[in-house]
Order: sequence, then C-alpha cells, then structure tokens
Amino acid sequence: MAAQIAEPAAGGTGAPARADSFGPALKDALIAGLVTLGLLGPLVGFHAVVKDEGMNGQAALGLDYRPGLVAIMVGIVFAGRLLLNLTVWSPNRVVATRSGPTVFDRIGTTLGPAIKPALLAFAVGFPFLAAFLMGGLNESRYLVDVGILILTYVMLGWGLNIVVGLAGLLDLGYVAFYAVGAYTYALLATSAPINDFFAGLLGATFWANWAFWICLPLAGVFAGLWGMILGFPVLRLRGDYLAIVTLAFGEIIRLVLINWVDFTGGGAGIASIPRATFFGIPFNASEDGFAARFGLDFNPMHRIVFLYFVILALALVTAFATVRLRKLPVGRAWEALREDEIACRSLGINTTNVKLSAFATGAMFGGFAGCFFAVRAGFVSPESFTFDISAMILAIVVLGGMGSQIGVAVAAAVMMGGMELLRNLGFLSNVFGPGFDPTQYRMLLFGLAMVAIMVWKPRGLVSTREPTIFLKERKAVSGDLVKEGHG
Amino acid sequence: MSQTSPATPAAMLSVRGVKTFYGNIMALKGVDVEVNRGEIVTLIGSNGAGKSTLMMTIFGQPRAREGQILYEGRDITRMPTHEIAQLKIAQSPEGRRIFPRMTVYENLQMGASVDGFAHFDEDLLKVFTLFPRLKERISQRGGTLSGGEQQMLAIGRALMSRPRLLMLDEPSLGLAPLIVRQIFDAIRELNRNEGLTVFLVEQNAFHALKLAHRGYVLVNGVVTLAGEGRELLERPEVRAAYLEGGRH
Repeated sequence: MAAQIAEPAAGGTGAPARADSFGPALKDALIAGLVTLGLLGPLVGFHAVVKDEGMNGQAALGLDYRPGLVAIMVGIVFAGRLLLNLTVWSPNRVVATRSGPTVFDRIGTTLGPAIKPALLAFAVGFPFLAAFLMGGLNESRYLVDVGILILTYVMLGWGLNIVVGLAGLLDLGYVAFYAVGAYTYALLATSAPINDFFAGLLGATFWANWAFWICLPLAGVFAGLWGMILGFPVLRLRGDYLAIVTLAFGEIIRLVLINWVDFTGGGAGIASIPRATFFGIPFNASEDGFAARFGLDFNPMHRIVFLYFVILALALVTAFATVRLRKLPVGRAWEALREDEIACRSLGINTTNVKLSAFATGAMFGGFAGCFFAVRAGFVSPESFTFDISAMILAIVVLGGMGSQIGVAVAAAVMMGGMELLRNLGFLSNVFGPGFDPTQYRMLLFGLAMVAIMVWKPRGLVSTREPTIFLKERKAVSGDLVKEGHG
Repeated sequence: MSQTSPATPAAMLSVRGVKTFYGNIMALKGVDVEVNRGEIVTLIGSNGAGKSTLMMTIFGQPRAREGQILYEGRDITRMPTHEIAQLKIAQSPEGRRIFPRMTVYENLQMGASVDGFAHFDEDLLKVFTLFPRLKERISQRGGTLSGGEQQMLAIGRALMSRPRLLMLDEPSLGLAPLIVRQIFDAIRELNRNEGLTVFLVEQNAFHALKLAHRGYVLVNGVVTLAGEGRELLERPEVRAAYLEGGRH
C-alpha cells in the first residue's frame, strides 16, 4: 500500500528521479519483509512434530524450528515487493490508459473462433493423448480422472452460468441441484421394486444396464423441478438477500439427505450404484461385456474413458443449449433481467416466468451433472454436496467472467487442474528444504490466485459479453468500460 | 384547482383520484389526469412533485392505494406491470434504463417482445429513420452511448412495441439543448404522422408546454393547474415558478 501513496520525488523526471525513488521503494520492501517475518515467523517457523521421548517410550508433541524456510519466504516477499516498487508501482511510471478491449478480451472475441475448435479437439483427443504420453491405458488413469473432474466442473460452471451469468441471480446453493440429480439416480437405480418390475418385463439385467440412460433425463427433470421450487419463494429477492436464501436452500437439501435416513440412507449414503454401461452393454470381462463384443482385451480403463466422453458430451450439450437459448427471446430476457428488472417489466416481460425458467434450466444441467457424478463414483453421500462445491462453482463462474462460456471453461480447467497440479509439486522441497509439503499450501496459493485475478481482471478472465446478433462487424468493447446494470 | 372534467369517450387514459404512498408518506394526494387519443399531454412540476411517481403508478409500480386508472375504458389499477405493457402502453422510464451491456440492436429487440417480432424489420426501419444515430451505433453496447443517444435508444425501444400510448419520463434530462430539440422534434413528428398519443413528464416546462396540446402542473402530489399548452405557458404563476431564467 505504502508504495501507491508514496509521493513522487520532488521536481524530478527521468534518471535522477529514478534514483530518488529507490530509497522509498527499498524502505517499503523492508517494511513488507518485516511484516512477512512477523506473520510467518510463528505460522511457518514453528512446526509441531511428534517427538519420541525415549525414556518411557512415549511419544510427545514437540516443536521444530524452521528459520530457513521463513528466511526464504521473507526473501521472496522482499525481493518481489522491491521489484514491483521499481517497475509496476513506480511513481515515475506513466500509466497507460486503456480504452480498447484487454488482451484476454481479444482472446475471447477475435481469437474465439479459432480457439474454440482447438479446445474442443483437444478435449476430444485428450484420453488418447494421455494414453500415448503416459505409455498405456492403465498409466493414463490419473490424467483421465483429472479430465473427468475438470469437465464435471466445466459443466456445473456452464449450468450455473445460466442462473448467475445470464439471468444475474446470485445462487449460492447450486450444489442442491447437483445433489438432487445424484440422489435421483442413486435412489432409482438401487430401487428393488423398479428392478423387479423390469426384471419381469425385459430381463433380469435390464435395469442395471439401462438405469443410467433412463435416469439421466429424469435427474434433469427432477432437478429442474426443484429449481422452480426454489424459484418461487425468492421471486422478489435480488442480490445479497437472494444469495442468503439460496445458500440456506443448499444446506436444507443436504440436511434432509442426512436426516431422512429411511429414504436416503442418511450419512452413510447409498453404495453399489450400478455402473455406467455402453448403451446397455456393461463394461465387464464377461462374454456380453464391452470388450468381448468389440473384440478388445478387457481393460477397466474402457469404462473410465467412456465416462470421460459421457461428461464431455453432457458439457457440450450444456454449452450448445446455452448458446441457442441466448439467441431466443427467453435467453435475451434472462440477460435483460440481469441488466434491469424494472425496465424488463415495463417492456411487457413477465419477470416471474423469466426467473423461474432461468432457475429451472440452470438446475436441470446441475441435475445432469449430479447423475453423472453418482454413476462415476458408484456411491453418494451428503458429504459430497457441501457448500464448498457451490462456492467452488460460483468462483469458477465469477473468475471466468460471468456469461462467458469460454472464460468459465478456462477458469474450471485452471482451478481444478491447478489444484491437482499443486499436489504434484514435490520438487519444491528442494528449494524450501525437506519436510516442505506443497499440498499444505494448496489452498493458500489457490486463494492468492483468486485475489490476483480479481485485482487484475475484476470482471473475470473474459469480461466481454458477446452480442447474440450482429448487423455489420463485431465491435469489442471491454466490459470494464460499461457500467453494471441496476441491482 | 384540480381538473375535474368528466371522462369523455375520447379519453384514452384517465387517472382518477389516485393516491400513492411510499410507506406512510403520501406522494400523490388524489391526482386526476386525462389523456385523449391523438394528444400530446405534458405533466410539469419541480423536483419531488410526484411526476415520476404518477408515471410509475400508471405502470403499477408502486400501486395506487386509492383511486382508479382506466385505459381505453379498462381498469388497469391492479394489473401486473407486464400485462399493462402488453396493452400497448410503452414507457421510456426515468433515467432511461436501457440495458447497458446489450447492444443497441439487442435493446431494440427487447422492445419488440410485446409485439412478438411480427413487424420487427419494419419497426426497426422506422426507429432508424427517426433516429439515424442509432443505426450508426447498432452494434455498440448501450452503456457506451452518449446520454442523448441513450435517450434516443430508450424512446426507440419503447416504439418497437408499436404502442398506442407512449409515456416519456423526462426525455430532456441532462441533455444538450440541441439534442433536446432533436428529441422533441421526433416526438412531434410521431404525433403528427402516426397519430401516436404521448404522455410527457417534464421539468423543462418551456419546451414541453410548447410541444403539448394540453398540460398539467403538479405541485406536491396535487394537480394545481390544467389547460392548453400555450395557455399555460402564458400563465404568470407558471412563468414565475418554472420559466423565469429557465428558458433556453
């Protein structure tokens, strides 16, 4: 902070002033270093360890000191601050005023047509690429799993984007619809009466093989219904108030799942949910299994790769539906609602229907994703549907740039992929000394990255809203330059 | 001195004894206003007189606690706002309220929602003939337009619904005199050529009364004067309160 309010050296421009500004910059960096020392000294410097006392053979808690690690971190802050003071935050620096779209906006709009097919091709080829790079299907399991995780969040992000990004309704309970979708599948697929009914009608294995494909649309429908149920009481609410009610709604669903033991299995959850099948053909080693039917050697990875393509297809359906809906009157009404509700009403738009349709559509895609989650994990419990998930999805939408499809996809990949990447930074212990565990700093770095994005790109990675209709040429105007709609 | 003439068959919109409250505060204390078919009627008054409140009350936001609002003989006092708009009453609200992140084209599309897009191209052409500036700005975001252009867009958006009654709330607010002239010329043109009925709420009494067939003066939630536009313009109390020093 001190650097920004530090006054420029009196009467100096050019080289002499640069020399003058070095002193304050150094002072500021020293202060920052001292603050870091004060903060990290106790936090990082002391490390609780279990020490073997030897005498009576009992373990006791002891303290370990890590001055080296603290010194390295303080050094990073000091050097970084000094560097920033002399460059970006330098009082002599002429701040370039920006009137056009930013770099990210240009990527979003001008390169958009080229980037989207490239990303799509990458997504389609990813499992094969992973198998090629890792040298085998089984070795690529981790990468494909990460891919599935990222795509699930891309889809959830796109679904929530309809509610938050397009209709401007801040929904903090999106995980509720994810849960509704997951439990719809879990409950229906493990239901004995339904299984018996179809066993008598279409063969013993029918329901186990087809449950997912029949329940997938049902999960969407149920979640959409719950979206409407949430929508009704909050019709008159906006902004903070809406956020609080939706937050409560998410918690209510989770608490009901925990406490209604007879129906949902309570905290123990529902296990042995039927696995996904290749449109009725199970992925197993039997004669009728996928591998045998297609003349392949049996490999459990077939199912994982298939799941990858299922979630990719579901995510693409979400994206395609959103793009189409935006061009229809209902989608345009969502966006107009976000901009100005009163103006909407005076233009003869029934805002009740518009809000309910936004909630229902967003919830429906959450339900699809939930159904997929249940079939992938084979197990659901209320613990999978905590507020963290809602917060994570919302963070993806906000960081990606509300309303921007490509931004949300990139944000999901960066956030989820980044979290996974941080798990694999073992080499950092070479820098910070042994005993340094990067996973412990995962959330810290993650939070830092989020703050950084919000400082530099307050409207998200892609803040340009793409018009749904063009007459002549596209004109990109940075979202930063356009004021927000009335709350 | 309130206007109490009986409702004539020609009355398109009649507001009868309307009282509107914000909490416990009475903003409109029994207002009677009539707008006949084919007329330009203006409502002038100073800040806080209740002009915009009357305009919004006609649209049901907030609702009148007492009194009646009739549109073509139909009681619309308790009707939901969007249904009122579907009766082909269009409004360019106070502060314009265009959609800032949507383009000019998209804003105009939103205006056509009521009409169902059947005459979209035709109406678009009409708006562009009236305000050629909007055509130049077609793919620009609403929020990046100048104040005058935003006002043109707000009026153009209202016209896209093919209204029978156009209600304008302070279209001259914060605009350069030249732009105000352009906008008022456009209103006059619409009234003359298309027979569009216009209800105009204004602080710019001089321009508004010159344009209007009839006018009302609203003071503290009560109509204190009513009459022909030119006639009101000559009244000493109007001149003293709204015109002296304010002519431009």
